[in-house]
Amino acid sequence: MPEAPATRPGPEESAPEAAPESQPFPLRRLRERFGPDIVLEAHARAGDATAVVPRERIADALAFLKEDRELSFNTLTDLAGVDLALFPRQVEGFGGDERFQVVYHLHSLSRNDRVRLKVRVPESDPTVASATRLFRSADWAEREAFDMFGIRFEGHGNLKRILCHKDFVGHALRKDYDIRDRQWLVEPDTLEDELSPPPAPRGGGGDEEAEGDDLFTELMSVNIGPAHPAMHGAFRVLVRLKGETIVKAVPEIGYIHRAFEKSAEKGTYTQVVPYTDRLNYCSALLNNVGYCAAVEKLLGIEATERCQAIRVIIGELSRIIDHCVCLAASLVDIGALTNFWYLFRVRERVYEVIEALTGHRLTNSFARIGGLAADLNPGFEEGVRAVLVDLDSAVKDVLGLLAKNRIFHERTIGVGAITAEEAISYGFTGPCLRACGVAHDLRKASPYSGYDRYDFDVPVGENGDAFDRLMVRFEEMRQSARIIEQALGTLPGGPVNVDDPRVIIPPKEEVYASIEGLMRHFVLVYDGIRPPMGEAYGFTEAANGELGFYVVSDGTGNPYRVRVRPPCFYVYSAFPRLIEGGFLADAVAVLGGLNVIAGELER
Amino acid sequence: MGVGTRGGRVAPGLPSDGGFVSTRAASLLERAANWGRRYSLWPYPFGTACCGIEVMGVLSNKFDIARFGAELVRFSPRQSDLLIVAGNISFKMAPVLRRIYQQMCRPKWVIAMGACASSGGFYDNYSTVQGIDKVIHVDVYIPGCPPRPEAFLDALVLLQKKISQERPEDHPRPEPPWPPEDARPRGADLFFSAGT
Repeated sequence: MPEAPATRPGPEESAPEAAPESQPFPLRRLRERFGPDIVLEAHARAGDATAVVPRERIADALAFLKEDRELSFNTLTDLAGVDLALFPRQVEGFGGDERFQVVYHLHSLSRNDRVRLKVRVPESDPTVASATRLFRSADWAEREAFDMFGIRFEGHGNLKRILCHKDFVGHALRKDYDIRDRQWLVEPDTLEDELSPPPAPRGGGGDEEAEGDDLFTELMSVNIGPAHPAMHGAFRVLVRLKGETIVKAVPEIGYIHRAFEKSAEKGTYTQVVPYTDRLNYCSALLNNVGYCAAVEKLLGIEATERCQAIRVIIGELSRIIDHCVCLAASLVDIGALTNFWYLFRVRERVYEVIEALTGHRLTNSFARIGGLAADLNPGFEEGVRAVLVDLDSAVKDVLGLLAKNRIFHERTIGVGAITAEEAISYGFTGPCLRACGVAHDLRKASPYSGYDRYDFDVPVGENGDAFDRLMVRFEEMRQSARIIEQALGTLPGGPVNVDDPRVIIPPKEEVYASIEGLMRHFVLVYDGIRPPMGEAYGFTEAANGELGFYVVSDGTGNPYRVRVRPPCFYVYSAFPRLIEGGFLADAVAVLGGLNVIAGELER
Repeated sequence: MGVGTRGGRVAPGLPSDGGFVSTRAASLLERAANWGRRYSLWPYPFGTACCGIEVMGVLSNKFDIARFGAELVRFSPRQSDLLIVAGNISFKMAPVLRRIYQQMCRPKWVIAMGACASSGGFYDNYSTVQGIDKVIHVDVYIPGCPPRPEAFLDALVLLQKKISQERPEDHPRPEPPWPPEDARPRGADLFFSAGT
């Protein structure tokens, strides 16, 4: 029997045990394997199978979920910490007295199933067994949970801060850390502690395994970044070089950490939308839509048909321009400058269309919970169709320069290759995973916004190298154009906002003409939308892969926790693996194809 | 808006088609140097975040910064003279930014592009420096989140006007102190760095 919490009855005591057949399959299998006390609390609100598991058994539970043939949860999609210090414990999944929770989101690619495991972590002893032995994606996620909450993961091996700087004192996402408590860093971190001690310089007469080792050899460390020519953002990699070959690479991130998750707890749910723009700022609309979809999942509402179709159109336009930036910048880094002009011209043409619709070029804040900020403007459809023609000709031009270009092939084919199993273990999603040959696209696997109505293909690569990652994006742009054409052709009429007074501000005529309208407007602006207490994980296929938002609501208008599952965080954690053993110049070619957007990486 | 460093302004009545006539530069040599410097700025787009994408937009063919002479971007402080800080600067990045600025040779100018670089933007939090003028000297601030490319070009023209008024004693600019006054040392945190 699980120990009863001291101060209040746990949910499992007051509610009758659910019949075994109605439990989600993974939880049933867990109970069969370990006995019923493996699950302290369970629920399936918002469609997410969730179980709270005793802390000392989490490693076994994760191993079982991963290795059991009938379950095969081969990806740890996300690992997040939550500080429950101010949370009312009256809802399932949040029982117990312990201050922290660690939340594991697991995904089975083959069975297309998801499960959430949670572990209670007391403040007096904030330790949990590390999951890095099972999932490579746990590496950086655990470092972040340590950085933000102070939870220690035993067996991690390199539990160092990842987003905040080395002189930072305290843990930023704890509820008692004031958001404005600023701390300066005087000298940057040298990172030498992570670059393991170099092999002792070998001198003449020593073992001569490799060419050149008969002479005195000392390996050199070179710091790449955070200010460097590739226009990708501020990343830093400390590499140890043997000649031009990278022997070991240590990345450092956090140079654009902007406290999205802490800022989200400050305002209302709607006020989080501008912050989401600045996550993956190359495709802001996809982030807006992803966040609003996650909150709608928590609320249990579904957007209208017209809203869904428009979200598809603007989402795919966003995807196109994100791929344009990725390809343009990557090709510039390899030396192919002309493509930059061609692809940016497409981007400018799309900007004109988006600006007419949303009012802004880059950071749109267009989606709202329950709908959109506005309906389509007149001339939108013609503008989009003209853009698609431009896109087609630009892609033809660029591929004409690249497809048979020997230099491009030599720079990218076979460079930075990764197998599908490793990619899945690192938590890859999106174009980088599809480049490894895994045909996984959330728009097909878990359709949302009516994507199952549209006919499109999922381009897949073969070798998971830099070439495949870039080529997959070209083809995805073409498929996005197909989707847009179909969506425009079948655009339904009707309202764009859901008719739900809990979430949608009434139209201005009602606000100014009726007391009820005025009150509704006032309450929604001041208090904000109030989802029911609980949690939900909403995910969409963003330009880089699975962009997830794990939203925890305490019933008030302020979000209690908004955790972003950033696709390029997990992709970039594999960067050392991709570049070690290759040349220094290959590191640049690999970085481009990963499309690591710092705003999303570091939030 | 003042365009000189000592509060001087372009005098009224001057031709507004770009032929700035300096009122402070004393000698023909200085005026010639200012002319050469302002129309051949070599920018260093220090793009950290979203504003970096708009810098790319300015560099590309629709807005074409080359019309203003500033097309030769050089991503090295040793080879550039205009530092465009596009994006927010976190406390982790602040010493790096200062080092990059110090590595540039005189005369050098800085544009703080966007709300984050100017004042921290809407990131009033523990990780964002509330304006890069706490770290380095800034010549022109561009509001916007992100600023439109036209706003950026307007700032470039404003900087060019400012350069036309310069005297030799205007460089080097005074730098903010380092470490900054409100950087208070903290005690060691027991949980800060953990081994295995």
